[in-house]
Amino acid sequence: MDGSASPGERPPAPLSRGTTPGAPGPRTSPARGEHASGAPPLAGADELELFAQMCFLRRFEERADTLYRQGLIHGPVHLGLGQEAIAVGAASVLRPGDYSLGTYRGHAHALARGAPPDAVLAELLGREGGICGGKGGSMHITSVEHGYYGSYAIVGAHLPIACGLAWAARIRRSGQVTVCFFGDGTTNIGAFHEAVNLAAVWRLPVAFVCENNWYMEYTPIGDVIPVALPAADRAAAYGLPRIVVDGNDVSAVRQVVGDAVRAARDGDGPSLIEAQTYRLKGHSAADAAAYRPGEEVARWRERDPLLLARAALVADGTAAEKLDEIDARIKADLAELARQVLARPVPDPAGAWTDVWSDGSWQWRN
Amino acid sequence: MAELTYRQAVAAALAQEMARDDRVVLLGEDVGSGGVFKTTGGLRERFGADRVWDTPISEQAIAGAAMGAAMAGLRPVAEIMFADFYATCWDQVANEIAKVRYMTGGQVSLPLVLRGANGSGGLGFGSQHGQSVENWAMTVPGLKIASPAGPAEAFGLLAAAIRDDDPVMVFEHKALYGRKEAVPDGEQVLPLGQARVVRPGADVTLVGLSITVGTCVAAAAELAGEGIEAEVIDLRTLVPLDAATVLGSVARTGRLVVVEENPGQLGWGASVAAIAAQEAFGDLAAPVTRVSGGNVPLPVAAPLEAEVDVTAARVVAASRAVLAGGREPSGTR
Repeated sequence: MDGSASPGERPPAPLSRGTTPGAPGPRTSPARGEHASGAPPLAGADELELFAQMCFLRRFEERADTLYRQGLIHGPVHLGLGQEAIAVGAASVLRPGDYSLGTYRGHAHALARGAPPDAVLAELLGREGGICGGKGGSMHITSVEHGYYGSYAIVGAHLPIACGLAWAARIRRSGQVTVCFFGDGTTNIGAFHEAVNLAAVWRLPVAFVCENNWYMEYTPIGDVIPVALPAADRAAAYGLPRIVVDGNDVSAVRQVVGDAVRAARDGDGPSLIEAQTYRLKGHSAADAAAYRPGEEVARWRERDPLLLARAALVADGTAAEKLDEIDARIKADLAELARQVLARPVPDPAGAWTDVWSDGSWQWRN
Repeated sequence: MAELTYRQAVAAALAQEMARDDRVVLLGEDVGSGGVFKTTGGLRERFGADRVWDTPISEQAIAGAAMGAAMAGLRPVAEIMFADFYATCWDQVANEIAKVRYMTGGQVSLPLVLRGANGSGGLGFGSQHGQSVENWAMTVPGLKIASPAGPAEAFGLLAAAIRDDDPVMVFEHKALYGRKEAVPDGEQVLPLGQARVVRPGADVTLVGLSITVGTCVAAAAELAGEGIEAEVIDLRTLVPLDAATVLGSVARTGRLVVVEENPGQLGWGASVAAIAAQEAFGDLAAPVTRVSGGNVPLPVAAPLEAEVDVTAARVVAASRAVLAGGREPSGTR
């Protein structure tokens, strides 16, 4: 994988975990009761950083949407617009070495763990240096180096895989935690139930985080579940507590996922969290989402996670201009990044014949 | 030399590799108590509960957990009790395990083994527990496939599968588990992708896998009584496929009969036959012939089952037919 920029380029730096409390740090868990939750209290500067990270994810996805509409992205794209607080809040409580996994709507989860934006964008655009070498595309963004063990495009498939990562951590007593993100629609597929059951029976250090955006593709989730809430109301079947969090409030996500991560690290087994959110656009970039009532969209737009984070910062005394500056700089950086990545050459077709087997080859016979 | 049954050889291979490498862990239904086919007996007692994990009846969770653990650097061996049950976790096998290395541009490797009981063999297991499904796996790039014909191979191929850095599916044959054979002492490992010439012969090449290797050997013995010398090749693995050994044999005999237990419709024999037709056309004195399981779901009553199972008699008949027809082999060189 060549994620390096050509000379003279200055792509935006990966989202840094370095200055976020609860991210890197000693491998030992805090003593029980040391914090009210798994996430230590945030200083003001760190809240600003979370805002900047959400801002970056928002503008990245908007840029991807634009590029898709320009016909520059080969294949489908599923945007995480509106769901940034979950990706940022959860990543902020993970340590290097922890595992996370997401769905085909996974750009934000990869970037939030620190995947290089130019390599992610190159994967979307089919240019040299794509993070998966052009063989995964938008739906399979992966950055193992940053603990992001993949975006999975078969609904539910990655929950059992998350169990396996957590199982390995349990066997090794490594203290590593796995966080697995999935949508509300996933709660109706068999793999969800097999995985949550196995995790509970084996007491695996994993947090399953349902991003309930209320629609399974085009269908309201309420039409296809016999309970009120898709994940929370299934938790009791696996002996797990019912946990619901405002998925548009980054501080709340940080707190609740932080609790689950700490429990997992302490050997207290899995959690199933329902983070309620809303996608600002359609299921995929090709979907205009006309099936959603206008007043519902308007109501959720008022609860846009960026607006909420911004309001909290301003209420705490951060100058609105400062936030505007951050946003403007990110927008400009991403426009420049897109220009640079588009200028890269397309991948060598010979790359289609590598990476099937561990020795790099593809041959199945002599 | 110790005499081992096929099932003892499976357990011995697991024990050999678990002793050698503490990253090797087992999971599956009932594996802790030795398993339904008694292939994991004594392993939990010897290696501890941290190395041998009983699972719920959840094949997706089993296969997926194996994949995740392999990504994390363990070398899991997952038992799927009956190979028919791969249908319940085919997403994990065909969409995830087979593809994740490629889709991520080589960011991960999956050193894992999926193993279990495959095949009919006339035991009356029927359509949902008696199928030969190795051909399912062969349709998916990214999976290695081994299927041992006897205890020594069950030992050596499984050991090699565990040491391999790619996902390997090992199709054990449920009708062979009781078969006994002398297995050499000491460490056993057989290379993947290397066929074995079981019996040399100049007149016709019989290619088998797993239980059909024995079928071919029985057919060859009968043919020998008629003065026909059949060369029997045991493929051992379908991926990697040792096509060179098959083509080399066909160059000498000019005649090829491929014998597979899975149904003929897109069975693995079709790929072997196509390779021979395309790459050994000049050597062939007669059309390539296939003997396969019937293209029906597997019946249970013994006479019905025998009607569609592969038998030595059918292989003998096919061999006689390819020898009776055609022209003089060009491959007399």
